[in-house]
Amino acid sequence: MKHRYIPMTETDREEMLSAIGIATVDELFEDIPEKVRFKGELNIKPAKAESALTKELAQLAAKNADARTYASFLGAGVYDHYKPIIVDHVISRSEFYTAYTPYQPEISQGELQAIFEFQTMICELTGMDIANSSMYDGGTSLAEAGTMAAGHTRRTKILVSETVHPEARDVVASYAAGQFIDVVTIPHKDGVTDMAELEELLDDNTAAVLVQYPNFFGQVEDIQKIGDITHAKGGLLVVSANPLALGVLTPPGKLGADITVGDAQPFGISEQFGGPHCGYFATTKKLMRKMPGRLVGETTDSEGRRGYVLTLQAREQHIRRDKATSNICSNQALNALAASVAMTALGKAGTKEIAYQNIAKTAYAKSAFEKAGFEVKYGGYHFNEIVVALKKPVKEVNAKLLEKGFIGGYDLGLTYPELSNHVLIAVTEQRTKEEIDALVQEMEALHA
Amino acid sequence: MHKDNQPLIFEITKAGRIGYSLPELDVPEIDLSSHLPEGLLREESPELPEVSELDIMRHYTALSNRNHGVDTGFYPLGSCTMKYNPKINEAVARFPGFAHIHPLQDESTVQGAMEMMYDLQVHLEEITGMDEVTLQPAAGAHGEWTALMMIRAFHEANGESHRTKVLVPDSAHGTNPASATVAGFDTVTVKSNEFGLVDIDDLKSKVGPDTAALMLTNPNTLGLFEEDILQMAEIVHGVGGKLYYDGANLNAVMAKARPGDMGFDAVHLNLHKTFTGPHGGGGPGSGPVGVTKELAPFLPKPILVKEDDRYTFKYDVPQSIGRVKPFYGNFGIYLRAYTYIRSMGPDGLKAVTENAVLNANYMMRRLEPYFDLPYTQHCKHEFVLSGRRQKKLGVRTLDMAKRLLDFGFHPPTIYFPLNVEEAIMIEPTETESKETLDSFIDTMIQIAKEAEENPEIVQEAPHTTVINRLDETKAARQPVLRYTKEKEPVNV
Repeated sequence: MKHRYIPMTETDREEMLSAIGIATVDELFEDIPEKVRFKGELNIKPAKAESALTKELAQLAAKNADARTYASFLGAGVYDHYKPIIVDHVISRSEFYTAYTPYQPEISQGELQAIFEFQTMICELTGMDIANSSMYDGGTSLAEAGTMAAGHTRRTKILVSETVHPEARDVVASYAAGQFIDVVTIPHKDGVTDMAELEELLDDNTAAVLVQYPNFFGQVEDIQKIGDITHAKGGLLVVSANPLALGVLTPPGKLGADITVGDAQPFGISEQFGGPHCGYFATTKKLMRKMPGRLVGETTDSEGRRGYVLTLQAREQHIRRDKATSNICSNQALNALAASVAMTALGKAGTKEIAYQNIAKTAYAKSAFEKAGFEVKYGGYHFNEIVVALKKPVKEVNAKLLEKGFIGGYDLGLTYPELSNHVLIAVTEQRTKEEIDALVQEMEALHA
Repeated sequence: MHKDNQPLIFEITKAGRIGYSLPELDVPEIDLSSHLPEGLLREESPELPEVSELDIMRHYTALSNRNHGVDTGFYPLGSCTMKYNPKINEAVARFPGFAHIHPLQDESTVQGAMEMMYDLQVHLEEITGMDEVTLQPAAGAHGEWTALMMIRAFHEANGESHRTKVLVPDSAHGTNPASATVAGFDTVTVKSNEFGLVDIDDLKSKVGPDTAALMLTNPNTLGLFEEDILQMAEIVHGVGGKLYYDGANLNAVMAKARPGDMGFDAVHLNLHKTFTGPHGGGGPGSGPVGVTKELAPFLPKPILVKEDDRYTFKYDVPQSIGRVKPFYGNFGIYLRAYTYIRSMGPDGLKAVTENAVLNANYMMRRLEPYFDLPYTQHCKHEFVLSGRRQKKLGVRTLDMAKRLLDFGFHPPTIYFPLNVEEAIMIEPTETESKETLDSFIDTMIQIAKEAEENPEIVQEAPHTTVINRLDETKAARQPVLRYTKEKEPVNV
């Protein structure tokens, strides 16, 4: 058969078989025992030509409600933010996306330098000393922070605030189970971590306390106080931070965080039904040699030229094998590049302005909901999400909103039983005043 | 600063420049300090670049010019399957109905995405010969860990939590033992025999009532098919253990042999390798796991099911190992893999394997006279040479790899697998033409001659790259892992 991805011609094949000294390609598969040789044809769909397949998949995509067609107020860890158009132009350069891990630094300086810049930008935003080249996503990055803390402190319990993303907490629990670490949830009180419960649950066997900043309900928590309480018992403070919020929030590094993790999705990475996004992982100099993932460092060549290499690899699986503290190998390099481009485009002024706009728009939405008679739960400080109480099931309200062109918020009752009929509304800089007003108006009408 | 240094983005920044276009604020201005708790309003701005849009494009274009990808040239990096990355995949992944859908939308609004996922699962089940597939794991290593956690849960459910040992051949990928460790197991290494295959006697002596699983790559990392696979399955199953298939090398047997038919209980695939992910400079990957019916109750949740013509996520899975990743895996990557499978069809996938194996054997036979070939039987999709003949002349495998850079080739994987001295692991893939293979072979032969006649030219390579060999010891001893403004520039 002929295919555009397979260049061998019949003549090529004949010449190659003769060079090998065999008559047919089948001879190359004779080492596969007869009993396990697959002789039929795979029962999968037949090949489709480029245009027809493109059309079919475009039709499949059109069955989904997307945030380019609908005004989306759904956040809960994945956000519709401004994505500079240049992001896709940069990551579409195939020198980047068709390369693999930069094992040969002489011909991989582009990727290596891009990672070095990413590491720097994450350090700048988080206020931490060191950041790695990326993790799968915010959830697995948080889970690895928990297991790293347990390994470092030689303790076997971690506390996770109930205000951390529920799916991230699930992942933390799965990873912890792998290494026989106990996970205990600190309940929330009025939408923030309950400090009294924290002090109650914290003990000498607690490796770390995991919190989110801003938290799942959009609240900005007092992580410094949580850190002080945790450190007093010898535990580590692990903060999962939305990097976009750090444009205006005091960085976790200044508030006592030992490890700061999160997802760079808000910076230039499309929602993509939940992945691939881009976890980041940052820590202190003290914990540098314990951290998972790839690190790029600066050095020089024999002529004194500056260059970049993968470094401190003795931590990693391909060197340490069963002694490694993490098994991560492939990561999210291309998405780290996308995030770097977005962080560069926004830059010093833009990261502040975008974060400011999120707070301003959310404040506006909050007052609009309140004026319309809705209860906006939790009086604390919001970043870009608020919890609104409804009189009807969220699913029912969202179905009606969809008809009006809105993707409604997250149904909190799915993961917080006490919050049934409560919706988590996200308002990013992408939502206009008009859209916010229209949403509130529609929800008010549904409420009546 | 050295005149040849490529500036960092932080070094071309100028206060006051911007590269963004944010929406106009159309709601009332606020006073930030009254909207944030005391002490949490950031005092110092992060030192991020201040550059124009053109500055950004020039910067990253310059960086891309300092990078070698498959589209740049031949990339025979063993075990990584650096095949061509089809452009239709990139187009499809950017359709708004795939790129801009939220994972927590109501299921009724994402039926198209779920239909694709379900169909992909069905395709991967058929390709691997397994009963059920989860798309959740984000990469190969993540898939390994996921499957091992399932195997652990299976043994625990049977009251056999004493099964704490995972067997791994000495030729295995580093992720295998690392995954076993993070899944809570102890690793036991199994030796290879003189033919580069698992030593059956050694395996027999190491299995026992404490065996949880054997992790195996087939073909193994030497590119050799484990011919005794059925016997190995019998040995491991005989003591109550499970057989795990590392799918890194699936490009060697696709449509020719299926892990499920070989007796494997769990399989992970690297969609960014075999199924044109792409590799992205190190990721994102996608590492679906396929399992037998027996292990299926332990799959990570949610489970994607089809009820009549409706797709839904099932969360009530009592024996599940839980969630291994937020949401549903790297959708954008497995969507590309799906597009690729649909572009190839059954005969296309078979042709992929046949050509990948033909290419590898052709290269191996043509290079055999010039390099040591520790294992001489037919290989599968890759083969491993040893540079020990050249080493005696003072030219190491590393030197030869660096010399290849002067000819525009990405070198093969080197010093892996660990059981071959001065290893050179070559995987051409099926997407390369005979002309490309010949050109690489001729270059390798030339380098072998240089090693005899003019070793310095190899030892001092590369000569044509933007930078020479870098001081890795310095990088590790005095780690500089980020740019800082205050820091004295290197080598003024």
